[in-house]
Amino acid sequence: MTALLALLLAAAAGYVAATWRCRAPWPLTRTAAWLAGLAAAAVAVAGPGAAHADLHAHMAAHLLLGMAAPVLLVLAAPVTLVLRALPPPAARRLSRVLRSAPARWATDPLVAVPVNAAGLWLLYGTGLHTALAHRPALAALVWLHLLVSGYLATAAVLAVDPAPHRRSVGVRALALAGGAAAHDVLAKVLYAYPPAGTVGAEEGARLMYDGGTVVTLATAALLWRRWYVSRAAVRAAAQPA
Amino acid sequence: MADALPRPAPRRRLLVSGLLLGAGTAGAVDEIVFHQLLHWHHFYDRASGDAGLVSDGLLHAATFSAAVAGLALLADARRRGPFPAVLWWGAVLTGAGAFQLWDGLGNHKLLRLHQVRYGVDPTGYDVAWVLPGAALLLAGVALLVRSRSRPVPRP
Repeated sequence: MTALLALLLAAAAGYVAATWRCRAPWPLTRTAAWLAGLAAAAVAVAGPGAAHADLHAHMAAHLLLGMAAPVLLVLAAPVTLVLRALPPPAARRLSRVLRSAPARWATDPLVAVPVNAAGLWLLYGTGLHTALAHRPALAALVWLHLLVSGYLATAAVLAVDPAPHRRSVGVRALALAGGAAAHDVLAKVLYAYPPAGTVGAEEGARLMYDGGTVVTLATAALLWRRWYVSRAAVRAAAQPA
Repeated sequence: MADALPRPAPRRRLLVSGLLLGAGTAGAVDEIVFHQLLHWHHFYDRASGDAGLVSDGLLHAATFSAAVAGLALLADARRRGPFPAVLWWGAVLTGAGAFQLWDGLGNHKLLRLHQVRYGVDPTGYDVAWVLPGAALLLAGVALLVRSRSRPVPRP
């Protein structure tokens, strides 16, 4: 857990340092979103939710780490910041990496969202969740995975940072809804069949269901809002008949 | 560009907006009134089986996603200028009616996922569920048919 917290601290320091190296002024709201996202992740990792036997407390941590923190981190547009802060040759190399096939797959909503959902099913649907209670190193890895795969799925849906082949808004909205459906069904399954060796499964499942709905609604609103103000949609609406 | 009129939203996009918003609103009303306020429906009733878990979760995610998408498409249609209200309202009622009918006939009766209310004879409740759904659907289709004969208003 200490390693995870150190990683989050390094991410905060790196982002702030990059804003200083940025040639044009970097919006303060984005820095605030990044720091708030990292703080949410830190609270999830270090707070009472790290206890695996109490599913209710654990789900609060899961929602913070896997859903709320990723939305805030994505809104901070870290890739855009890094591309602007790096010297031009290094930025060109990075954008070549971002255009490579593996990077394109990882940021495709039709890949990133199912992978994120499958990870959750694997964690709670199998015995993995209860096995983590006695293996702190493995638990830390799983926490990191939740944050990273939550980030990739949210980034793929919201597409704040530049992406070489962006999916249309309809496909991204469908991917988001599909991910939410997998999340909802998993919450209901956890309610009906609580994992062995846990308490508070019913409250935890309801929290997962309701909290997931709130974060997904906010994400969908952000997605459609970004589409509404996008240059292409504005131009299409203003075109002569 | 001075004489260029704003392009009215394509018919199909308005239809999609209304259908999505109608179905999404009907689903949200079901969720808020019968699950949260009256507690007639349950989060999980331990009797409906695994199909109920999957169907409830899917429907929940689908309806609220549809409502948000329908609102965004509505906002886009409104900024395009002339707005064929009859067509849009027809689509909203059709979407809401179709959802209600599916919930009443498909979910409750065919799949027997759950009932409207427990501990009482459900027949009266089923009629009260299906009839308004059918009425909404008919009203919606009637409006859609009417909107075909009425051209899009020009300013």
